[in-house]
Amino acid sequence: MAIAVKPGDPSGPQNSSPSKGLKAWLFKRLPVEEFIETQATGYYAPKNFNIWYFFGFIAIVVLVMQLLTGIFLTMFYKPGEATAFDSVEFIMREVDYGWLIRYMHSTGASAFFLVVYLHMYRAMLYGSYRAPRELLWLFGMLVYLALMAEAFMGYVLPWGNMSYWAANVIVNIFGTIPVIGPTLVEWIRGDYGIADSTLNRFFALHVVAVPLALLLLVVLHLVALRRSGSNNPDGIEIKANLGPDGHPVDGIPFHPYYSVKDTFGISVFLVIFSCVVFFAPTMGGLLLEHANFEPTNIFSTPDPITPSWYFTPYYAILRAVPDQRMGALLMALSLLCLIALPWLDRSPVRSIRYKGPISKAFLALFTVSFLALMYLGLQEPTGIYVTLGRLATGGYFVFFLAMPFYSKLEAVKPVPDRVRFEAHA
Amino acid sequence: MLRVMSARQGLLVCGFSALLLAGGLAYGADATDSAPAASAPDSGSAPVAAPGSVQAVMAMAAKVQQQQAADKKKKDEEERLKGFGSDWEEWEPDNSVADIASLQRGARDFAGYCRGCHSLKYVRYSRLAQDLQITPDQLQKYLLPAGAKASDYITSPMPAADALNWFGKVPPDLSLMARARGTGYLDRFLRTFYSDPSRATGANNLALAAVAMPDVLSNLEGVKVAVFRTENNQQVFDHFVQVAPGSLSPEEYQGTVRDLVNFLDYTGEPAQVHRRSLGVKVVLFLLVFTALTYLLKREYWKNIH
Repeated sequence: MAIAVKPGDPSGPQNSSPSKGLKAWLFKRLPVEEFIETQATGYYAPKNFNIWYFFGFIAIVVLVMQLLTGIFLTMFYKPGEATAFDSVEFIMREVDYGWLIRYMHSTGASAFFLVVYLHMYRAMLYGSYRAPRELLWLFGMLVYLALMAEAFMGYVLPWGNMSYWAANVIVNIFGTIPVIGPTLVEWIRGDYGIADSTLNRFFALHVVAVPLALLLLVVLHLVALRRSGSNNPDGIEIKANLGPDGHPVDGIPFHPYYSVKDTFGISVFLVIFSCVVFFAPTMGGLLLEHANFEPTNIFSTPDPITPSWYFTPYYAILRAVPDQRMGALLMALSLLCLIALPWLDRSPVRSIRYKGPISKAFLALFTVSFLALMYLGLQEPTGIYVTLGRLATGGYFVFFLAMPFYSKLEAVKPVPDRVRFEAHA
Repeated sequence: MLRVMSARQGLLVCGFSALLLAGGLAYGADATDSAPAASAPDSGSAPVAAPGSVQAVMAMAAKVQQQQAADKKKKDEEERLKGFGSDWEEWEPDNSVADIASLQRGARDFAGYCRGCHSLKYVRYSRLAQDLQITPDQLQKYLLPAGAKASDYITSPMPAADALNWFGKVPPDLSLMARARGTGYLDRFLRTFYSDPSRATGANNLALAAVAMPDVLSNLEGVKVAVFRTENNQQVFDHFVQVAPGSLSPEEYQGTVRDLVNFLDYTGEPAQVHRRSLGVKVVLFLLVFTALTYLLKREYWKNIH
């Protein structure tokens, strides 16, 4: 920008602003500079971010990638019982680089969940959901729920056999709601079974409604972040320590410092992402199931019916109790627990670094339980897996429900005044 | 298929010349280094090979090797008589879609043995020709059915109603079969047909019990019967016994199946060869890019203390 500067020119919002040319014309009419100033160069973030802080930025990049690849897929995909499966194969075989766009989109869905899970876990590690960031956490949880709806409906679109049967299982969960359940399920499907009408409305929701909601929620999430500022691994407020310039002593401008750091993070992510897209796009049936390479067959159930890996923890909780309605209730509760996290945690400190051993043990229990549920959701619910599924479900809930007590009662370590940071050697 | 034939011939010529070369070299070596031993057909009667000499040791080693080969042959023969296939569940085709000659043979055999009943409705002949390096002339001569255009999808001439009548089900389209069931399954399916007079087709299959498909490759593989043993009051497969030879040896038949499975692996995802080669370039670029972004990050952050 410095190139266009005319020294001593008083016009414009800042001294560095150009007075002539396209840029000046534009800046006079659009607050570009103010936007960059408030969002990037003047937004101060704690300098002690560690590896856990890459995933929010990566999630936004993945969101953009999903929107772009999705637009190209929509140009060739044809919703409808008779056309959907064939049109996906047309994309895979006859559209130039259609296979690449499709694999980026299908791998992107899994990547989205992976980075969102890591991003959420980061918040749990460092207490980023604590006051004054409860709303930030709530918007994030809504993003997560919208993402689940988006992923589920996208999964149905190829109209493979697993698409059809997974849609049956998931939609029928709503049928367990007392009184309105059966009517609700019919309303969702638009038919007496998963059918053409279901596929078409899922397409409409997947490409228009839910992405719009997702974008709005992501913007709200970011706006709320700008108000409270980022938390950090030490869980202390950098705004409590302002320098003579009025900026936090332990803060650095997001741009250029975190923009270059996140560019590096994105590069590493893209290396891993590309390895999956180019060398293991089906991941041996984990990302694209074998059964979904057969068109929908209402007479043949895939054995076993498994949800995508990112849904399996909840699927395992659903199956942990023999009663379907209780299972569905438990599954809804497991999500509610996550949403309620800001009010369950009563520790005087935010970060796990300064919490006591009991909190650490419970977080370890949660981690093991969640990963175990993720694994168990992919297995047949027989023998030892049933018992393990119940134990892991118990572990999951104990972490949340006991939190108000152990987090309040246990002794914590003293919190430092300034963030801990080690500069480059 | 010209190219297939030429590839095979090429291999034969290569193999033959290699043999000749090796033989010539060995002969030359023998002639110069160990003339006495080489001239004697039986090393035991060779008067020159003193005990402990190099020649004697080599002769002894050769004899041991001979003995070992004979033992192995005898063991193989016994194995064959005893039966085979007890390990069928571990059979894998070990195919590679980068092996164009194998894909060409697979396409030829698919046209000869499978296309009568099974379609490849997502694959065009022209795309096949392009990916498998088949010239338009070869395509016209060996693969295209009469009246078909190169841009046509690969369909089967069998009417669905007739198929339903004859087999009780319509033979499935095979475009995506390798992706849906896996190449290992296809390999096991094509290698575990056995004679079963109780079936209408006279054949059954280990990988797909009560299969509707007849054993169409039996003139290549021959006929085998399955021997079952009783375990916990259940019939469990034990081994196969070959009862009639086919036109191919077991190894050759295995190779034919590998080519067919390889071809179906290709039709499941025609882009896969291109995908991997492009992937190498993309990842290499990204690794360099990552190194640069890391250096950029370091440069900016060296002021932060």
